[in-house]
Amino acid sequence: MGFIIVVLLVISALGADFLATHDPFRMAPRQRMLDPSAEHWLGTDQLGRDVYSRVIYGGRIALWVSLTAVSLSLIGGLILGMLAGYGPRWLDNLLVLVFDAVRSFPTIMFALAMVTLLGPSIPTIITVIVVASIPVYGRIVRIQTLSMKETEFVLAERALGAGPVRILFSHILPNVIGPLLILASMEIPVVITIEAGLSFLGLGVRPPTPTWGSILQDGYQYIRDTPWLVIAGGLPLILTTLGFTFLGEALRDAFDPKLNRH
Amino acid sequence: MTDLLAIQGLRVRFRTVGFVRALIDRIADPYIDAVLDVSLKVRRGETLGLVGESGSGKTTLARAVLGLVPVHSGSINVAGRELVGLKESEYRAVRRELGMMFQDPVASLSPRKNVRNLLAEPFHIHGIRGVDTEAEARRLLSIVGLHQGFLTAYAHQLSGGQARRVGVARTLALKPKMILADEPTAGLDVSVQGEILNLMNELQRQFGLSYLIVTHNLPVIRHVSDRLAIMYLGRLVEQGSTRSIFAKPAHPYTQALLAAVPQPDPDKRRDQLELKGEIPSLRRRPPGCEFHTRCVHAQARCRIEPPGPIPLGDGREVRCHFPLV
Amino acid sequence: MEPLLDIRDLSVEFSTPRGQVKALRKVDLAVRPGRIVGIVGESGCGKSTLVSAVMGLLAGNARVTSGSIAFEGKELQGLSEEAWRDIRGRQLAMVFQDPMTSLNPVMSIATQMIDIQHRDSGTRADKLKKAISWLARVGIADPEQRIEDYPHRFSGGMRQRIAIAMALLVNPSLLIADEPTTALDVTLEAQIIHLIKQLRAEFDGAILFVSHNLGLIAEICDEVVVMYAGEVVEHADIRRLFHAPSHPYTQLLLTCDPARIESEERTLPTIGGTVPDLARLPRGCIFADRCPSVFERCRAEAPPTYTIADGHHVRCFLHADD
Repeated sequence: MGFIIVVLLVISALGADFLATHDPFRMAPRQRMLDPSAEHWLGTDQLGRDVYSRVIYGGRIALWVSLTAVSLSLIGGLILGMLAGYGPRWLDNLLVLVFDAVRSFPTIMFALAMVTLLGPSIPTIITVIVVASIPVYGRIVRIQTLSMKETEFVLAERALGAGPVRILFSHILPNVIGPLLILASMEIPVVITIEAGLSFLGLGVRPPTPTWGSILQDGYQYIRDTPWLVIAGGLPLILTTLGFTFLGEALRDAFDPKLNRH
Repeated sequence: MTDLLAIQGLRVRFRTVGFVRALIDRIADPYIDAVLDVSLKVRRGETLGLVGESGSGKTTLARAVLGLVPVHSGSINVAGRELVGLKESEYRAVRRELGMMFQDPVASLSPRKNVRNLLAEPFHIHGIRGVDTEAEARRLLSIVGLHQGFLTAYAHQLSGGQARRVGVARTLALKPKMILADEPTAGLDVSVQGEILNLMNELQRQFGLSYLIVTHNLPVIRHVSDRLAIMYLGRLVEQGSTRSIFAKPAHPYTQALLAAVPQPDPDKRRDQLELKGEIPSLRRRPPGCEFHTRCVHAQARCRIEPPGPIPLGDGREVRCHFPLV
Repeated sequence: MEPLLDIRDLSVEFSTPRGQVKALRKVDLAVRPGRIVGIVGESGCGKSTLVSAVMGLLAGNARVTSGSIAFEGKELQGLSEEAWRDIRGRQLAMVFQDPMTSLNPVMSIATQMIDIQHRDSGTRADKLKKAISWLARVGIADPEQRIEDYPHRFSGGMRQRIAIAMALLVNPSLLIADEPTTALDVTLEAQIIHLIKQLRAEFDGAILFVSHNLGLIAEICDEVVVMYAGEVVEHADIRRLFHAPSHPYTQLLLTCDPARIESEERTLPTIGGTVPDLARLPRGCIFADRCPSVFERCRAEAPPTYTIADGHHVRCFLHADD
């Protein structure tokens, strides 16, 4: 179920150029706020743009931002977490301090500061999300690494002469990557919502680029005129969140060694 | 026979409370000595049994030899080379010559590697090229008596005995001079236990290996070791030939340990309990002889004066004011 | 004498992805009041399954396919969960390998020991007094003070003593001790065994003592049940079992125990072969593939249990009287 939704999302994002029925940027002032019809499947917005096409292109941006942000924070968290867990004590203390400092800072404040400094753009959003979520992954990896550091098989590898790089990448990594991927797939919808939220607040992707957040924002402003914009922006958000969450849960079941045995 | 392993005055300390905590609670000595003033030797081709209960420091001692726990003071000499003070990177070469078998046979195998990869790994670790690792893996498996089908198995698919054999094969890969085995038969059924010990015995004959076997299982160690070293609270209390110690233990603790082993004969039931009380905490070592709190033979002198190692006539050494022989 | 626990023809199967695993097959076991019965066998012999069946704690994928378990003359199978709890709290008690299994780490010993007496009338003060007296009996020094402590304040040996006190507190008629000393050092093991022997004078119930250690079995039991791959292969009085073992498996098991080998022999005896797959049972005797005395009949049909002396039962064709 989750898998199907995710696959559909990926197809629509990749094939946006073919699936879209109109140019999502082209304004048609005479066709503002139309209800859904054969011509405009989800109607048009306040500038007469085709909402369906904007939703499709919005999905592409949502997916691109979330996948990039999640994989960058996954890699960052993995490296920093393993360093903290396996490295010297002082490094561990330092990294934990940094993680805590970042986590204690409200994401939205951080985002505001970054946008003020760098201006609203997709790279800014990605940077904000990556910095804010590296500690989430880093902490999990650190705990896993710490607990695995004292296990007999790690000691056995050390006793054979294995160095820290081999132990970390060849033995500890395969054991932490499973739970981490599950977490990542559940984080993707969170990231999409953050992006939508920031765009909604006008801190994200600049108009006229179509994103689900900005569609929702438009819908919010014109909610008295038509409900279609809010539905068009909100529904894909809900479906995507559900899809990735289901996928994450399926992954968790697949990775769980207790269910997997024999 | 020459000494392969010679340990002199070894001391291993662990910090029990953090620096800040020690200051707050005014703990002057935040360390415990897990291994204290231990001297022992293992000759080439010999098996030494290191016997003690939990907390006696036997496992820590074995791990210290491999540089897996930091040594506070003393000397560890393997084949004429001093190991104390070596850097981690320098220790790696030493680990080619010393193999270690850990207590839990399944948990000491990396869970996401199959047997083929596990057996090839020692060669990759030490950058040994020009070895056909596939052929080598097959050869090692046949040495330890497992068929080739196990090459694709993962640790959780192996029984305790099979995992133990894989562990033995891994330690043999680099042709070590000595194997340190921590409870090699723990958790194995009696019939499987015999198979593993026979295999170790056979390998010793074939490759001239030395063994340091850490165990609490006296009936087993009696059949596999040449000499014994008995540990209590991190110190060696008695060492000597297995035969002489089993025939007539010199230290009251050794005697109590031997008496505690239940005899599989309903006509030899014990009515008396040899050893009362529990092992004292390493944080509060008793003064004088550290065993006096549980010793049935303890006298006034034992409570004050710590006994040094006393050599007995038959090559034995015992840390007791009033040895039983 | 009427048996306290009477297990007849008990078979248990587990549903697994590999098929039906026949973990117990036609097990007969009678425990008379006041007796200490040992169950000995290697891993996979079914001793844990048997204990779980008696305690009514079989896993969800297990099914009793035949037989009965009668306790004090009452059939245990088909009891409601409530009735089970009543029996477990009163007549049946258990001591586990890991004492932390039966002790709650976040409750003081006093709270836990008073709690398990909830079925009894009497004031809290009476119950506390009874708990303290039991702690004293199992050898806990200063029981009045120590009873307020939490489990982690005690050493492993002390925790096992407390677990025994808690099990005996309700005066059960059957105590099941499942490898109660396996996690302990030899000197502590000797102390716990000594304690159980001492308590026997005050506790008039029967004990089912599960162990893989023949030395402990010999030390404490009145009779022994030897299990192999889900079957009871021999049941005999303790002396007969050790002096006249009659099933080839029992004989081999005794030969393999290094504590019984007097010589300084370096090569130890072993039992060749492996335990058969319980999902694909052989047609004949379960031990045939590893048995040194195997003959044609053993491969053709499974042996029934023969009684070769009073109270001595062997499941082996070597003792066939026909």
